[in-house]
Amino acid sequence: MTARKTARRKPAAVESETGRWDLCLYVAGQTPRSRTALANLKRICEVHLSPRYRIEVIDLLERPELSRSDQILAIPTLVRRLPRPMRKIIGDLSDTERVLIGLDLRSADRS
Amino acid sequence: MAKLRTRSKSTPAGISKCPTGIQGLDEITGGGLPRGRPTLVCGSAGCGKTLLAMEFLVRGATRFDEPGVFMFFEETESELAANVRSLGFELPELVRRKRIVLDHVRIERSEIEETGEYDLEGLFVRLEHAIDSIGAKRVVLDTLEALFAGLPSEAVLRAELRRLFHWLKEKGVTAVITAERGREHLTRHGLEEYVSDCVIVLDHRVHERLATRHLRVVKYRGGMHGTNEYPFLIGDDGISVLPITSLKNDHKASSERISSGIPRLDAMLGGKGYFRGSTILLSGPPGSGKTSLAAHFAQAATQRGERALYFAFEESPNQIERDMRSIDLQLAGPVKRGLIRFHPSRPTLYGLEMHLATMFREIKAYRPAVVVVDPITSLVVAGSTSEAQSMVTRLVDFLKTEQITTLFTSLVDDTRSLPQTEIVMSSLMDSWILLKDVESNGERNRVLHVLKSRGMFHSNQVREFLITDSGIDLVDTYLGPTGVLTGAARVAQESLERSNSLRIEQELARRQSALLRKRAAIEQKVAALRSEQESNEDEFRRFDARARDRVRALDVERTKMGQARHADALKGMHAASPSKNGKSR
Repeated sequence: MTARKTARRKPAAVESETGRWDLCLYVAGQTPRSRTALANLKRICEVHLSPRYRIEVIDLLERPELSRSDQILAIPTLVRRLPRPMRKIIGDLSDTERVLIGLDLRSADRS
Repeated sequence: MAKLRTRSKSTPAGISKCPTGIQGLDEITGGGLPRGRPTLVCGSAGCGKTLLAMEFLVRGATRFDEPGVFMFFEETESELAANVRSLGFELPELVRRKRIVLDHVRIERSEIEETGEYDLEGLFVRLEHAIDSIGAKRVVLDTLEALFAGLPSEAVLRAELRRLFHWLKEKGVTAVITAERGREHLTRHGLEEYVSDCVIVLDHRVHERLATRHLRVVKYRGGMHGTNEYPFLIGDDGISVLPITSLKNDHKASSERISSGIPRLDAMLGGKGYFRGSTILLSGPPGSGKTSLAAHFAQAATQRGERALYFAFEESPNQIERDMRSIDLQLAGPVKRGLIRFHPSRPTLYGLEMHLATMFREIKAYRPAVVVVDPITSLVVAGSTSEAQSMVTRLVDFLKTEQITTLFTSLVDDTRSLPQTEIVMSSLMDSWILLKDVESNGERNRVLHVLKSRGMFHSNQVREFLITDSGIDLVDTYLGPTGVLTGAARVAQESLERSNSLRIEQELARRQSALLRKRAAIEQKVAALRSEQESNEDEFRRFDARARDRVRALDVERTKMGQARHADALKGMHAASPSKNGKSR
């Protein structure tokens, strides 16, 4: 049901771009929360974006300088780099509804 | 963690202090902020939180070899750099030299969607990276509370802030966290709950349309600190906090004396003038000659080759120069040679704090030996009495520490009933000279007297002084039945005394000549008597000669008569042998 609704909205957001989704998940070390976030993200992408998505996981403990350049405060943070405009979603992504709203896959007023 | 351990080992027990380098603040806090601990600085918008925090960081980086991280949540980097450039801080240069890291945390609430549990580990990583990249010892978090607006979950935020403050302590950095002033709490979001070591409150009040900033150390765990509210200034070279009563009152007192510029006034001041480094208050009504006396004082300094700084709050330098030219005080020359500097400004131009800051800066830049503030009353009315008093105290403290001799002129309506501010102010002054207008016989004259002058014998005489076309002069004192005579009365008295003395002189001369005449007469008499005596003696001598002749003649006569009468009997009667001899012959 959710898939059909997003399918109706999705083309508008994607058509202007190449149709690819570029997502970036910022974590700080392999914590249970970051593992949960990554698992949630993969699940949502499989359901709603497959196969036109790419996920990059950035561990700030390894690349701390990115916390500044990418303006990351909260962990975990999911950044939608493509399609434009950029979106930021914080939390472990367990609230699927809010993730979809955050990713512009569903309008906020429907929730 | 290793860093933390070495730090705590090297510092002694109790609280080690981290000097802020902010003028006055280190005095109040007894050396600075608690080292290795967070300090909360709160205040309403525009009261100088960011500037204080930035100065703490810049001074650390430039003076104390403690690099710092400035993490800010509201302004952009260029805005921030522009704001602090007005204080003379060149942030880009400090950033380039890796003394300071500027990190702008941008939070856009509209871009953020919360989708589950999170923490602020990103902020921690970011801060730690910034600290480690330059070995920072100081950290500023400028308006951390912006996070409350930017992040959705307050509960998470509070837990994370608690963790952050704890983490900062562990990290061993001296941190300043700024926060907005709240209505019920010190800060809008109750940050003071997390920072227990040191809390400083700033505020910005408007009194009689002039704004003054204040600073108060509300809390300083384990440390002595001044608890008063202190006014502070934001000047061109940073913040300066003004302790109301200086914590130190130990400026050295010079016994060197310097001239007031008027020799006869010096004479009244124990013969030598003011003490160097002392303060002099010159009170008087309008037109009593305050500025002229002040200008004499300044000029005397230049004649010693010293520099004089003249704060003119009422007249323009040009006008003072012109007016003083009329009494033969040439100030243009010393001004050109750089020995006198005028600093004109309008008292109402800005609040006391700015005036004081400007004066401090001018004095520090010019390094004068004497300072004239003409008139201090203009400044005093620019603030409330207590503010003015604290300002004058601070100024006097500063000047005394610098061993600068300062003359304050003060405009009063009536010297018989001095205003309270004057009394209060005078207690800070070492010498107090009162100028007065004396009205009598339909004219107005100027008099002065030395009300007090600490540490020297000074004349208690009320003196009239004249402002002549060759400068100020104190004239001789004439006392009349009603006190010191001034003006025409003095002139009348002067001429009376002059005619009196003339009369006496004439009498003296007369008597002297009479005496001479008498002596001449007596001498003549003596001469006459002497000549009479001489003629008597002559007469006697003549008589004597005649008498002898007579006796001889009688003798001869008798002998002749005897011979004629054969007076042998007589001869025998007289002497046997001669007559015998005579007979034999």
